[in-house]
Amino acid sequence: MDYYFETRQMCVGYHKRPLIKDIEIGLKKGEILTLIGPNGAGKSTVLKSIARQLEMISGVVYLDKEDMTRMSGTKLSQKMAVVLTDKIKTEMMTCEDVVATGRYPYTGRFGILSKEDYEIIKEAMELVHITEIKDKDFGEISDGQRQRVMLARAICQEPEIIILDEPTSYLDVKYKLEFLSILQEMQRKKGLTVIMSLHELELAARVSDKILCIRGEYVDRFGKPEEIFAPGYIVELFSIASGSFDEENGSMELEAPKKEAKVFVIAGGGTGRNVYRSLQRQGIAFITGILFENDVDYPVAKALASEVICSQSFEPISEDALQRARQKLASCTSVICCRKKFGTLDKENSELLHCAREWGIKVDYVPFQNREN
Amino acid sequence: MQKDRKARCIFAFILLTIGVVIFCILNVCIGSVKISLSDIGKAVTGKEISKTVVTILWEIRLPRALAAMILGGALALAGYLLQTFFHNPIAGPFVLGISSGAKMIVALVMVFMMGRAIKVTSLTMIIAAFFGAMLSMGFVLLMSRKVNSMSMLVVSGVMIGYICSAITELVVTFANDADIVNLHNWSRGSFSGMTWEQVMVMSVITAVTFGAVFLLSKPLSAYQLGEAYAQNMGVNIARLRVWLVVLSSILSACIVAYAGPISFVGVAAPHLVKSLMKTTKPILMIPACFLGGSVFCLFCDLLARNLLAPTELSISTVTAVFGAPVVLWIMIKRRKERTI
Repeated sequence: MDYYFETRQMCVGYHKRPLIKDIEIGLKKGEILTLIGPNGAGKSTVLKSIARQLEMISGVVYLDKEDMTRMSGTKLSQKMAVVLTDKIKTEMMTCEDVVATGRYPYTGRFGILSKEDYEIIKEAMELVHITEIKDKDFGEISDGQRQRVMLARAICQEPEIIILDEPTSYLDVKYKLEFLSILQEMQRKKGLTVIMSLHELELAARVSDKILCIRGEYVDRFGKPEEIFAPGYIVELFSIASGSFDEENGSMELEAPKKEAKVFVIAGGGTGRNVYRSLQRQGIAFITGILFENDVDYPVAKALASEVICSQSFEPISEDALQRARQKLASCTSVICCRKKFGTLDKENSELLHCAREWGIKVDYVPFQNREN
Repeated sequence: MQKDRKARCIFAFILLTIGVVIFCILNVCIGSVKISLSDIGKAVTGKEISKTVVTILWEIRLPRALAAMILGGALALAGYLLQTFFHNPIAGPFVLGISSGAKMIVALVMVFMMGRAIKVTSLTMIIAAFFGAMLSMGFVLLMSRKVNSMSMLVVSGVMIGYICSAITELVVTFANDADIVNLHNWSRGSFSGMTWEQVMVMSVITAVTFGAVFLLSKPLSAYQLGEAYAQNMGVNIARLRVWLVVLSSILSACIVAYAGPISFVGVAAPHLVKSLMKTTKPILMIPACFLGGSVFCLFCDLLARNLLAPTELSISTVTAVFGAPVVLWIMIKRRKERTI
């Protein structure tokens, strides 16, 4: 394969003690690789080793088919830029000064900036929207702003590949999305290759072309996000004991109450999600149904309900499902109905509601304001 | 903004240069024998004036003023390099015990050679001081690996300074009477008794070192963002660190060999200059620090000579009075920043 960035049998660690072994990465030009894994798994160690901040224990890293360890510092700095988690202390440096340091590999003996350099600095600052804070002292801005300044600095370096260690950690949701959009834009326009670590799995799944999962001493998986985010994998990778992660939607749910369920929720079509979560917050266990397996309520129900009575998608609800639902309903002391009306394909739900009323079970209706169904 | 800063820097440079010139003239003119400006003019143009005035001017005042100017600059520069190296605003050759280390070795060499009636040349002194400076520097570097905090580093530097001073005292106690007088004056720190030959040697050494430091201004600017980023920008960190250690040791050695240990200039002058310039760009700071140190030392030497005339104060007495408050100010300011 024709890879732009490639590692072979890379082994990284501190003080000659290997921490992660046999890292094999292959990236084409313009691909985005995200490293995920539990805290302390060694994502930063891998990134630092790739960026030559940390000596590798063994293995080879090729950048554009050239052995990276043999590249001169200046040559590498014109190809690779980094954004690290290290907090840097500056004195009397404005944000613009910090961004300008990115031009270092291109300036002469004394580092005097030319007109073009200033032009590039200006563009980089505009790209990450920090033009209005450019004259502020770097020490006096917020963590999120600092992160963007450091990205602008890296962009100034005009790299072909950029290494970012948890770049979105201090950013609010707006800037998180914006930050990743900038990376995507650079990727599309300039063929920038990106290697980064992210904590936000849902973002990792969306932005990455490749994902590397680190666990224990080895790379657990390396591949496309759709291969990585297979059901159940994230819970396993992070050894999640309480709560759940839905790989398909990238959403998390807290742990379901472990009690005997006395509440039956009739939901469907997205009407139930918030009710489920509200019950979870109150620590009330519940049973829900009858849901089609492709219903948007279904993943949340799976995560939070004691039991979900489900039915195959695109098929009428089976008699068997209805029977089970009635049995469960009989053991409950109250019913929450989230639906205003029922459709032809789920008239069984309407039947359930009818049963509940007939059996004298207390039925609560969720207020339907601002809701279609 | 960009223009404002440029104007500010130009203003600072003009101010500092004028300061150097004015204090040089004041240092030459003021003293137990007053020399007027017209006398200087006459001496320069070769007109006839009294022999004593010429002697005082050429043999005492002028070399001394030049030495204060050169060594003051060197001291501030050494301080600036050490502050950059350790990322510590209160580092300096005196604070880190480097001056004391140099002093110790110089004292040992002096006593040894004088005892054998060998003439101590200024070059020997500088070499001895350089080894002493490197010795202390080695200790400080070892300590800096063990302790991360900036205050602990300074404390260990002060401790090294005390140890070296104690050894120096011991040597002085066992030395001959004649040596003691010589040593005592010097070990307290003073610009007195400079000869033209000494001024020549120190200017050559300082000029070369200054040139080397100036060539480092680009990697230093990258180093300000921390080692990780500097490395990413292609700076050879190991090499830069060696250069910083060697150059700051040469500068410290040069000062100690000629004027003995001088306290606080290395910390105070760079800081005052920084506040004046409102920038930390090395390419500007390096020359500005040098000028700032010159002004500071010329001013302090002027006071040292004249405040209690005819008795002369040690230069460190005066520099401490003006320098120590600056160090306190830095520490208070940093404390405030951290709490925000």
